[in-house]
Amino acid sequence: MDGPDISAEEQTANDAGVIACWSCKGPVSRVTAFCETCGAVQPPGQADHFFRLGLERSFDVDVESLDQHYFDMQRHLHPDRFATRSAQEKSLSQQQATAINDAYETLKEPLKRADYLVHLLGVDVLPEGCNMVNDQVLLMETMEMREALAQAETPEQVSVFSDRAQADIKQCVEQLSTLFKDDDIEGACKLTTRLKYLTKLAEETRIHQMKLI
Amino acid sequence: MATLLQIHEPGETPAPHNSDDHLAIGIDLGTTNSVVATSSAGNPEVLRDDDGQALVPSIVAYAPDGSCIVGGLARNLLLDRPECVVGSVKRLMGRGVEDVKSLAGVLPFDIEPPGEGESGMVRLNVAGHKLTPVKISADILSALKERAEERLGHVVDQAVITVPAYFDDGARTATKDAAKLAGIEVLRLVNEPTAAALAYGLDKGAEGIYAVYDLGGGTFDVSILRMEKGVFQVLATGGDAALGGDDFDHAIAEHFLSERESGDLSASDVKLALMTARLAKECLSDSNKGEWVLDIDGVTSRHELERTTFDTLIDEFVVRTLVICKTVMEDANVMPGEVKGVVLVGGSTRIPLVREKVAGLFGKEPLADINPDEVVAVGAALQAEALSVGSDTLLLDVTPLSLGIETMGGLVEKIIHRNTPIPVAKAQEFTTYTDGQTAMAVHAVQGEREMVDDNRSLARFELHGIPAMTAGAARIRVTFAVDADGLLTVSATEDTTGIEAEVAVKPSYGIDEEEMAQMLYDSMKHARDDMEVRLLAESRVEAGRNLNAVSAALSNDGHLLSDTEFNEIKAVVQQLEEATKGDDRDAITAGAEQLELSTKAFAEKRMDRGIRSALRGVDVDALDEQASKG
Repeated sequence: MDGPDISAEEQTANDAGVIACWSCKGPVSRVTAFCETCGAVQPPGQADHFFRLGLERSFDVDVESLDQHYFDMQRHLHPDRFATRSAQEKSLSQQQATAINDAYETLKEPLKRADYLVHLLGVDVLPEGCNMVNDQVLLMETMEMREALAQAETPEQVSVFSDRAQADIKQCVEQLSTLFKDDDIEGACKLTTRLKYLTKLAEETRIHQMKLI
Repeated sequence: MATLLQIHEPGETPAPHNSDDHLAIGIDLGTTNSVVATSSAGNPEVLRDDDGQALVPSIVAYAPDGSCIVGGLARNLLLDRPECVVGSVKRLMGRGVEDVKSLAGVLPFDIEPPGEGESGMVRLNVAGHKLTPVKISADILSALKERAEERLGHVVDQAVITVPAYFDDGARTATKDAAKLAGIEVLRLVNEPTAAALAYGLDKGAEGIYAVYDLGGGTFDVSILRMEKGVFQVLATGGDAALGGDDFDHAIAEHFLSERESGDLSASDVKLALMTARLAKECLSDSNKGEWVLDIDGVTSRHELERTTFDTLIDEFVVRTLVICKTVMEDANVMPGEVKGVVLVGGSTRIPLVREKVAGLFGKEPLADINPDEVVAVGAALQAEALSVGSDTLLLDVTPLSLGIETMGGLVEKIIHRNTPIPVAKAQEFTTYTDGQTAMAVHAVQGEREMVDDNRSLARFELHGIPAMTAGAARIRVTFAVDADGLLTVSATEDTTGIEAEVAVKPSYGIDEEEMAQMLYDSMKHARDDMEVRLLAESRVEAGRNLNAVSAALSNDGHLLSDTEFNEIKAVVQQLEEATKGDDRDAITAGAEQLELSTKAFAEKRMDRGIRSALRGVDVDALDEQASKG
């Protein structure tokens, strides 16, 4: 951790993006998972979720490619690969695998991804994030949908709602993609809130559907 | 660049002593039966006794002197000396006396209250001995270890042990403690349905979305997995840690007892009735009806039972499993039609009603190509080989229950939600309420309910050493981490000062460290020797890691050294290499320290060069090439 009492040498090393490998003590990049010299696993370090999984920083994530990157990373870093190794290596691999899981879980769902990206890009614009709800239209819309859903008695009736929720989500995600491309963080933030409500609604629809099966 | 020494790729370094004559084993530690298996070169083999039996009944009989026998022989003693025999202890793992009271009607246990200063873990009276479920499980594990050692002809001290996916932290810890007592190092706790999926995926080449329906003697699990190209990704899991074939036995026994005049029944009478019920259950899986005899207190009664009546008796339990299946599908975001196959695990899935209902829910005939009693052990053995020898297979599991902390008013705030991939870590920030406050308590619980009392209490953590500040000024970051075994650890730091708080854990139903030490001491047979062997093995692993690192550094950057310096380090390397071949731990430690010292200047040179080249943005190899040309 970058403490306040860092030595001058360490500071220089930090500036160069280089730290000492804990195992062979030689130089190693701050963002690499394995030491190039001795192959020892390194601490996860500071990196955003996209970088960690080797993906471009963008709202448009191809789920299949995300899965493949995730599996590739875990194949090398999961604690199962270190079951017979030293305590330090076990602990570091757990930290690495934890960071990879965190990145994967965040980027997998469009909602969490949008939320994360707004935070990542808009720290200055929107320090409070996307948790403000002042969209009366949105609130009314979801309330009406919810009431109507409660009336549905057959799987066919519920399907109408789930189809609509899915269509709305799809449209919302497409709009978000455009907004992120245009660097409209405020607009993206507003739409992320809408996506939150739509996702919740879709979830309720699915649960309702399951009960009827 | 010339390579002086062989360097292994990360993850490919052969682990010490894992040649063919030292296989790790896979253990399915079941409620009713246990199975042990091993795997070599991807070929799993279930280890059987001389009669070809794979199943070892999870039943232990104790003699007055404390010695015990495990398995079929112990089961045979059940009728003659029921007070000396105990079974189904898996249902008590990590449980407190209060939990067990609710089971007392179901299970014929003779419960002893915990003594002064003992943890809340339940204790049983068997043959006059006061035993924890951990100790009894350890005795079962020792017997399985012995069977493996006899079959394989070498010492076995590493294993993958399976646990129900739905086991909470307390039950997992109890299982690991039992292994420790039996002198077994747990390479990994693997969830039973995941192990079964592994067996199907690797043995039968199953790919796509699969459901594993695991109904054992005392526990029910269902997992939805995605399997492809060696990746086993659990999408969601759920279950009931107290639902299984035992409940069916109990329903039948109650039915029988209601048909006759019975006064107060002793624990022994109940054991007899349950044993008869179990026979009836097994028989009715093949036949449509049968008749059984109960002989209690000199009164003999005859009981006829038809399959249809049996089905009615167990229907509510089967329906409960189906409700859980639906919830898990919801969590996995999978509809029944998307499930490519349903794998059946556990002896209770032999019951026709269970198969029928499962087929109905998923709309397809379930799979039982691999023996449902053995499939979990087979998966465990495959994973044991993967962990000790290495493999490309990837097992990605999830945490079955949400993890939360107690907040104001007895409410739970969820920190880690169920079905989150593990390992996982989540941090939560707390502050102090009073000026100068230096300690605080955190109560961790596991479960899905809103109120603390409706969930399982895991542990109370006391944080000490918080720097004294005004109220609300301290920022205490508490990190909850769940490792690949599904076990929780808690750490805490005060953010403004970076001071690490001490975390003292009081497990709610576990065994605290002192008690564990005492138990280890009591089983002196292993304790001291095992500890020495383990420390030696650990120092060898660490020295090996160190040697590997220095060799790599020398082959990469050896040119930074003069010949004399190079040879000096090589000499120390050789010394340590020699030491690791012997059994003298002190010599290994001394050699490692010497190596550390003698490479210090070398490390500085390497860092210096690394930083310089990074700052210049010049490729190191190009720089070296220029230097050697010039």
